[in-house]
Amino acid sequence: METKLLTEFYHLDEFRGLSGYKAKGGYAILAKALKMQPQQIIDEVKASGLRGRGGAGFPTGSKWGFLPKNNEPRYLLCNADEGEPGTFKDRLMMERAPHQLIEGMIISSYAISSKKSYIYIRGEYDFPYECLMQALEEAYKAGYLGKNILGSGFDHDMDVYRGAGAYICGEETGMISSLEGFKGQPKLKPPFPAVQGYLRKPTIVNNVETLAAVIPILRDGAQAYRKFGTEKSAGTKLFSLSGNVVKAGNYEVPLAYPLMDLINKEGGGLKPGRKLKAVIPGGSSAPVLTAEECTKATLDYECLAQMGSMLGSGAVIVIDDSQCMVDLLGVLMHFYHHESCGQCTPCREGTGWLNKITHSILEGRGRLQDIDLLLRVADNMKGRTICALSDAAALPVISFVSKFREEFEFFVREGRSKVKGTTYAEMHH
Amino acid sequence: MFELSSEGQKAVKKELTRYESKDSAIIPSLYIAQKENKGWVNSEVIKHLSLIMEIPESKITEVFKFYTMFNQKPVGKHHVQVCTNISCAVNGSRELAHHICKELGAKYDQVTKDGRFTVSKVECLGSCGTAPMMQVNDKYYENLTPESAMNILRGMK
Repeated sequence: METKLLTEFYHLDEFRGLSGYKAKGGYAILAKALKMQPQQIIDEVKASGLRGRGGAGFPTGSKWGFLPKNNEPRYLLCNADEGEPGTFKDRLMMERAPHQLIEGMIISSYAISSKKSYIYIRGEYDFPYECLMQALEEAYKAGYLGKNILGSGFDHDMDVYRGAGAYICGEETGMISSLEGFKGQPKLKPPFPAVQGYLRKPTIVNNVETLAAVIPILRDGAQAYRKFGTEKSAGTKLFSLSGNVVKAGNYEVPLAYPLMDLINKEGGGLKPGRKLKAVIPGGSSAPVLTAEECTKATLDYECLAQMGSMLGSGAVIVIDDSQCMVDLLGVLMHFYHHESCGQCTPCREGTGWLNKITHSILEGRGRLQDIDLLLRVADNMKGRTICALSDAAALPVISFVSKFREEFEFFVREGRSKVKGTTYAEMHH
Repeated sequence: MFELSSEGQKAVKKELTRYESKDSAIIPSLYIAQKENKGWVNSEVIKHLSLIMEIPESKITEVFKFYTMFNQKPVGKHHVQVCTNISCAVNGSRELAHHICKELGAKYDQVTKDGRFTVSKVECLGSCGTAPMMQVNDKYYENLTPESAMNILRGMK
């Protein structure tokens, strides 16, 4: 069942505006937080067990703890680049509750003593951008932003920065490069952004949902938040359910929720007559699960990691038995090749070859040894680059090929899809 | 010679001081210029931006070429971008893109003869729960069928 700590009022249109947001308790937690010591807030977030909701799942309180203990200016950067295929939860949050994000960001900024924050939003999100800009204006007018917020003596400014179409800018150091006015190419870590980030100043980068989650944590207390989920995966999370499912959409459920319940109860199951074939549980970079694996999967960091996949951004992509896995791998490889920033050779060349080899199989030019070649190229791309995009491209290849190998072999032998019965050209004109 | 309107120049000047570093104004300024140059950017546009922003052309070009939302060649009045990534793909988006092209007499990434449309296949737009979808200029159209998509496009002036 859905457990709505964040999304309780998302069905109300007026929740988007300041008065509607305030009517449901909005900005009350900010007032409470400003009376606390910053360190108390950090401790509460640490105690809550909150982990980054963007994909990596890093403990939020620990990340904040990496900031140097000095008076150097520091920045909070909200990652609203949401580009992981299958993910559309941050968009919902910004469209339905922009003030919730802003409030969460002001509280977080106060906790880490930051006087300036940015929301880096992907360029295509035009409507969410408008929602944020309007909410920012309202928040400034009401005195939640600017000088001496609510008489606390705390000053904070916030602005929004629009990206321009690059998946790699969702990687925190790529995002910093982009915000600085460069190509969005990731930087070597260390130094980590918390030590040296935007303009070489300490910078904390957190996902939209992570920053919003600070509100229920401070409202109900860390222990209440921990009642949901497991010890290592505490709280609730928004899952973006998409693909071959009847009721696709965003659902907020406690972590460790059974994957099949999300698909069948919240998602209304598959279309009549169709059978589940596979699920990508955490955005396109997460290794695919077979239907059998899905029956045992719960949506938390540790279960999916144990199964060799990951929770990622919480994008659950459902694939039914009408889909050809070779075809879908072709879709993903085209994506990663397009989005590689070109900086590191294993990724730039590797994604290109993975795309070419997959498409040569699709176009009927494949050889049996190409299947192992895919695995070999993928293996050589793992752990050898500045950022995780290379691994993100390699992991789906390895899981698709090893779990659905007979489909690849059939395609090579027959020059057509085992599932669809047709050639690639016939499938897609 | 391309030149921004006076409002456009004012907007660029504002972006130059909006962020902590001047270079951060490049992306927002490219948006402003692209809008005034019928949806795309060429070397003339970059020359002009370089002049008014006092940032080298090479620096602006580097940024311009990295981001897919900046068009390097002319686009139609309505830039139709159909998402063909995975969640849309399993919901028929590639067939949808093909249908739109056929109906409009368009080839991918080329302007139709009447100058009204350019159809492109693009990567995930964060509309996976409402697939298939298309973005026309700034606006999202979701839960499409081939028929509903064509009705929307035919209604565009």
